[in-house]
Amino acid sequence: MSLADWAHLLLFQLSLSLLAVGGAVTLAPEMHRYLVQGQGWLGDAQFNASIALAQAAPGPNVLFIALLGWNIGLNAAGGAPTGLFALASATFGAAVCVAGVLTPSSLLTLFAARWAQRHQDRLAVRAFRQGLSSLVVGIMLATSWLLAQPSGRWREDGLLWLLTAVTALLVWRTRLHLLWLLAAGALLGALGWV
Amino acid sequence: MTPTLDDRPGPRTASELFWAFSAMALQGFGGVMAVVQRELVERRGWLSNEQFVEDWAVAQVMPGPNVCNLALMYGDRLFGWRGALAALAGLLAFPLVLLLTLGALYGRFAQHAAMVGALRGMGAVAAGLIAGTALKLADSLRRHPMGALPALLLAAAAFAGVALARLPLHLIVFVLGGAAYGLTWRALRRGERR
Repeated sequence: MSLADWAHLLLFQLSLSLLAVGGAVTLAPEMHRYLVQGQGWLGDAQFNASIALAQAAPGPNVLFIALLGWNIGLNAAGGAPTGLFALASATFGAAVCVAGVLTPSSLLTLFAARWAQRHQDRLAVRAFRQGLSSLVVGIMLATSWLLAQPSGRWREDGLLWLLTAVTALLVWRTRLHLLWLLAAGALLGALGWV
Repeated sequence: MTPTLDDRPGPRTASELFWAFSAMALQGFGGVMAVVQRELVERRGWLSNEQFVEDWAVAQVMPGPNVCNLALMYGDRLFGWRGALAALAGLLAFPLVLLLTLGALYGRFAQHAAMVGALRGMGAVAAGLIAGTALKLADSLRRHPMGALPALLLAAAAFAGVALARLPLHLIVFVLGGAAYGLTWRALRRGERR
C-alpha cells in the first residue's frame, strides 16, 4: 500500500464515523463493500474471521474494525505475521482504523451530549432519536445477512444458515448468555458439523 | 435536567475510572452494554437507573459505538477531558491488545481445519446475534410515533438497500434517514398539538 492508500483508508474511516448510528456493527456492510469488494485490501475470509474473532473476544464490538486494520497492515507487508516490519505495519493499520472511526464520533458526542441533555424534550431531538430507530433495525438485519452469506456449497451453507437462524431466535426470545451460543458455534464448527 | 453529581459513590480519580471500565470491558463478551449497566448501576451504584437510561438514550442517538459514547459522556461529566479519555481508554486498551493477539495467533493457525471450522461456526452465530438483537429492537417499532407500518417499511427499505442493492450507507442514512426524521417529526408535533 502506498502512502496515498493509507490516507484513503484514514479518510474512509473518518467519513464513516459519523454514520455509525446504532452501533459500530452497522458499519460492517459498508466496510465490506469498500475494503473487500472495492479496494481489495482484504480477503473475504479475513473479513469474516475478523468479525467472528471480535464477537468472540470481550470488549466493544467496534474493535472488529481494529482487526480489519491489522489485517490490512499485514497484507500490505506481504502476508504472514513474520518479523518486525509486518508487526509494525499491522499495528499501524489497526491504529489508523481505530483512530479514524472513533475520533469524529467521539468529539461530536462530547460536544453534543451536554446540549442534548439540556434539550432532550425538544421535538427535533426526539424526532432524530426515534426516526432513526427504524433504520437501525433494517441496517442491523442487513449486516447479519451479509455476514451469513453462503460460500457456495449447498449442504454446509444450509446448516450454517440454520445455525444463524436458531441463534437469532434464541437471542430474540430467551435470555441465554451469548457466550454459550458462541461456544456452541465454535464447537459445532470445530467438529466439522456445520 | 443535568443529573446532579450528588452524594453517590463514584470514582475519585481518572485512573480509578480507567480501571473500572477496563474491568467491565473484559467481562463483556458479545457487547459491553449489559455489563456496564450491571456494574455502574447495580454493583457500584455510581449511577442511578434513571441516570443510566438517560445517558444511554443520548449515547444511542449519537453516532459511534454506543458503549464508547456512554463512557465518554460519563467520564467527561466527572473529570472533563481527562475523564472522557480515561473511560474510553479503559474500555478499549486491554480488549484491543487481547484481540490483536488473537488475530496474530489466528494467522498462524489459519490452516488448521478445526480452527477454521470453529471460526466459521462462530461467524454464523455472530450473524445470528446481530439478527436476534435487531428483532428485539423491531418489537419497539410497533409503537413508533409515525405508525408501525411506515416504520417497518422504512426498516425493510434500509435492509433492501444495504443487503440486496448494496448501496452506500451514506445514501441510505441521508435519504431514508431524512424521510424517517421528517415523518417522525410531523407525527410527534401532531401528537403535541392534540
